Amino acid sequence: MRVTVDEDRCCGAGQCVLLAPEVFDQRDEDGIVVLLDAEPAPSLHAIVREAAEVCPGAAIAVSEDG
Amino acid sequence: MERHVEPLAYPIPSDEALEPPAEWAELRGRCPVAPIRLPSGDQAALLTRYSDVKQVLADPRFTRDLGAAGGARVAANESGGVFSSPMSQAIPQDGEDHQRWRRMVGRWFTAKRIAALRPGIAAMAEQLIDAMVDDGRPADLRASLGFPLPVWVICDLLGVPESDRDRFSHWSDTLLNLTRYSDQEITEAQVEFFGYMSRQVAARRADPGDDLLSSLLTETGPDGKGLDETTLIATGLGLLVAGHETTANMIGKMVAMLLADRTRWERLLADRSLVRVAVEETLRYDANSGIGLPRYITEDVEVGGAVIPRGTTVMCSMAAANRDEEAFEHADEMVLERSPNPHLAFGTGAHSCLGQALARTELQTVLEVLLDRLPTLELAVAPEKLERVDGLVVGGLRAVPVRW
Ligand code: HEM
Ligand code: SF4
Repeated sequence: MRVTVDEDRCCGAGQCVLLAPEVFDQRDEDGIVVLLDAEPAPSLHAIVREAAEVCPGAAIAVSEDG
Repeated sequence: MERHVEPLAYPIPSDEALEPPAEWAELRGRCPVAPIRLPSGDQAALLTRYSDVKQVLADPRFTRDLGAAGGARVAANESGGVFSSPMSQAIPQDGEDHQRWRRMVGRWFTAKRIAALRPGIAAMAEQLIDAMVDDGRPADLRASLGFPLPVWVICDLLGVPESDRDRFSHWSDTLLNLTRYSDQEITEAQVEFFGYMSRQVAARRADPGDDLLSSLLTETGPDGKGLDETTLIATGLGLLVAGHETTANMIGKMVAMLLADRTRWERLLADRSLVRVAVEETLRYDANSGIGLPRYITEDVEVGGAVIPRGTTVMCSMAAANRDEEAFEHADEMVLERSPNPHLAFGTGAHSCLGQALARTELQTVLEVLLDRLPTLELAVAPEKLERVDGLVVGGLRAVPVRW
């Protein structure tokens, strides 16, 4: 799984960090998403997919191949 | 059914406090862009389908600025209520200015920062529940826990004294007016509230503390500029209002929904790992979340296969969208373990609730503490007897009578 984030679409609501703190963080200065792990371990795939699905900014993309 | 010819009176009443009006399913099916008449008398177009509501909230061409020439007034008082008030305009509503504001304030609402508040929130919930138990059964969970907790949280964050909370409640109710207050009452309350917050800001300037208002006084955005005085005051007011009524009402509704069918409560008692998803499901399932979000459009746009002409005010019903079978399997059932649950209770897009990490943390914490402390909790009235708060833009229950 490969994860990408789009800072411009992120509205800083922090939903991704609440769900998967191993994969996402937020910048202290403005709350915008920081990707910690672009290729998360399989045990995290389900929660990362959930984060992408519920992100209010549609700022998280997940591709399953590679 | 043809499109409704006579605009539907809005908000649509519901027979039971926890149940959605029957019209929602019908509108989603056959009239996804429905003409409605707002309490002000002005007309708008009601959206009830998940895909349409989501599309509009995510599209910046639909502005929040109803003060724009031609935007409908929502509330029955003459000026049209919180959505068009000059105070709401003091916070940048759209575009880059809004994004800049949001990023400055947003640093206070990151998931990490909110996680640090969790132990304090749990301790406060314990204390409030102790007091409720001391006062004896039955109790009103809304008054004993639902309201005081979020007020304490937001006051603590802003650094304003919690002892002023009765005054906030009145000011905030007038700001969220739909039909309850007159223009004069609202203006008076707004002047008082604004004066109160200006004094709070002035006091921070003289003697800064370790709170959100103090830091916004000195901090600057990426462009090196800070927030001006009026924006700062409006931000303080906005956070007080946004941070307390919605969450306070939601605590009462969440507990009522989970107790209305006590097997839900029992499942949570048996498996605490369900708390997070169950909170999301109560947010989705809440049929009484308020009137929805109004937006105004200045060009023709296609939504749900119909063209919405420029100059239309649309009302997005997130609660109706959250019950859309096209988006959620068994949408009319409460499925505690539903996941993912991309409900729209916090809106979506650029304005999506800034305080959602905080709201979620408050709801999860309250629920955990209640399950631990009062496992025998039950409603003291039949669910059909619960009554809705009316006359405000946010939905809630008048009282949540419980025993244990
Ligand atoms: C269960 C509780 C809550 C619910 C259901 C809720 C719901 C919402 C919704 C639907 C919006 C979108 C408004 C729009 O798009 O026009 C919003 C915005 C907002 N909420 Fe919340 N909210 C809750 C709790 C909170 C809390 C605890 C705070 C924290 C102080 C907060 C602060 C805000 C702010 C500042 C905005 C405006 C964001 C912007 O315009 O960029 N909310 N909320
Ligand atoms: S959930 Fe989406 S919008 Fe929210 S912080 Fe994460 S990436 Fe940004």
